[in-house]
Amino acid sequence: MAEKKAEKKRAGKAADQGAPTGPAPAAGARRERPRQGGAPRERVAVRKTHKLYIGGAFPRSESGRSYSVASADGAHLANAALASRKDARDAVAAARKAFGGWSGRTAYNRGQILYRVAEMMEGRRAQFAAETAAAGGARRPEAEAEVSAAIDRWVYYAGWTDKVAQVVGGANPVSGPYHNHSVPEPTGVVAVLAPQDAPLLGLVSVLAPVIATGNTAVLVAAERAPLPAVALAEALATSDLPGGVVNLLTGRTAELAPHLAAHADVNALDLAGAGDLAAELEEAAADTLKRVLRPQQAPDWSADPGLSRITPFLETKTVWHPVGL
Amino acid sequence: MQQTAIAEAPASNRALRDFLHGLPGVDEVGVAKRAAGLATRSVKTTAKAAAIDLAVRMVDLTTLEGADTPGKVRALAAKARRPDPADPSAPPVAAVCVYSDLVATAVQALRGSGVAVASVATAFPAGRAPLEAKLADTRRAVADGAAEIDMVIDRGAFLAGDYLKVDEEIRAVKEACGAAHLKVILETGELATLDNVRRASWLAIRAGADFIKTSTGKVSPAATPQTVLVMLQAVREHRDRTGALVGVKPAGGIRTTKDAVRNLVMVNEIAGPEWLDPALFRIGASSLLNDLLMQRTRLGTGTYPGPDYFTID
Repeated sequence: MAEKKAEKKRAGKAADQGAPTGPAPAAGARRERPRQGGAPRERVAVRKTHKLYIGGAFPRSESGRSYSVASADGAHLANAALASRKDARDAVAAARKAFGGWSGRTAYNRGQILYRVAEMMEGRRAQFAAETAAAGGARRPEAEAEVSAAIDRWVYYAGWTDKVAQVVGGANPVSGPYHNHSVPEPTGVVAVLAPQDAPLLGLVSVLAPVIATGNTAVLVAAERAPLPAVALAEALATSDLPGGVVNLLTGRTAELAPHLAAHADVNALDLAGAGDLAAELEEAAADTLKRVLRPQQAPDWSADPGLSRITPFLETKTVWHPVGL
Repeated sequence: MQQTAIAEAPASNRALRDFLHGLPGVDEVGVAKRAAGLATRSVKTTAKAAAIDLAVRMVDLTTLEGADTPGKVRALAAKARRPDPADPSAPPVAAVCVYSDLVATAVQALRGSGVAVASVATAFPAGRAPLEAKLADTRRAVADGAAEIDMVIDRGAFLAGDYLKVDEEIRAVKEACGAAHLKVILETGELATLDNVRRASWLAIRAGADFIKTSTGKVSPAATPQTVLVMLQAVREHRDRTGALVGVKPAGGIRTTKDAVRNLVMVNEIAGPEWLDPALFRIGASSLLNDLLMQRTRLGTGTYPGPDYFTID
């Protein structure tokens, strides 16, 4: 017990002061000694600590742990926070707290905010392209195209927010002196396992449809490529999206997912990035009767998604109302 | 169970004042540091399970709203008997605490369960009423079957230095209580300093309190770790001087299992292990119970429970 604690302390220290947790400095940004004789000094590199995004804040993991993230060719990119089950618990609590406010917004307002996310990403294109290229091993033009597709995906779902009710809900023809309406409502807190292979486009493709209809999300980033997700969280934090609507965890999917799948305060589960764990997680989710979206076989993230990822996280409420004289 | 050692009634306000102001001053920085230090204790696994069950048995399940109805009190009584309907191994709570006009309802709902009925009395929460009204309030609650009376002190008189008036009121209410236990609410949030908390604790203990209680729950701050610590020191010191055991009840602001367990650590370290007993330590709370039950379920099943699976009280 004492040993474990000491280990934890050391890990915390390492994350706080030891190994820099930001990305490795670019070749030109190395640190140089101040030169004598008044020559201009080169700046000390300001490197980023990649943290979690929970309840609108950017905390380190409660456990103090971090892990090394490598590029597709194996080079060290940065250390990311290694979230623990307690971070997952906190993320669920934050998502639950945010649900009432977010689902209570008008669909039109949610659309405006989703469009705002697209605007914020557009302003950070270069960063997203660089991180996507590094994570996926894609060449720059392909990465640029993926960023464009991801931004367009936000715009696509921003448009759906105030139209989905007309498509999947409506007035039902019933015989009798009643109006009968079916209204789609958000399911609640949705745990989303982001796809492992498409670090930015796949991530946006699974996240945007969940929050578009008023759900709140606990998002587990792709295990090997979490840096675009952290960049996305920074864009979300400046997009008028209320804190807690999206909560990002970076770390081991196999460590976090079982706790989210069994958590009684999570209402639905998107298994897009579950891999071999899918069956086991679906079983765990059954205990609390969660909605589960199974992973597709070889998904094409660039294809038109239609409503396929919106409707699984909606509940239909049907209301009978007497017709007046 | 416990013997009460009521000190002889003080001869004058002057004598009482000399005693209370003769108590050593409280080192506020030291108390804050000690409380913060104790809050870092790690209580896990089997110890945590034991602490949670003990905390459940110490809860005074409380509803003190203007909107209280007999139906709400009956629902609370059902929860007090069996806090977790899905798990019969969850122990019942110590008591249900209601306003005095609802005591009869609570007594009927809890008959035969072993759960006591506590009633606030004496013009709760302000305490601003004539002594006759306070005594009538107390007698009515006792006559209706309340086993415990939670009275408030007259903070105005205390802060004005009229300690004798406070002392006489407590003695009069104690007499009106008869066999019922008396908990004296100091309302520490209105006493301004920890020195005053220490003085009010001693004043209440010497006047015959069976329990000293931090707050009404209507004033913020309520039961801070520092005030609880000072009150625990007072009951320990009183035990050392007289051998009599007086209980402590923090109320208000304890909402999470973590807070409750930290309180138990303080009880053990400051007062002593004999206070780790529902007869000598209570926690006045309403939302705390659900958090305790959720943590209990988490330890039992290994999965995180959700608030949807527990009753809203």
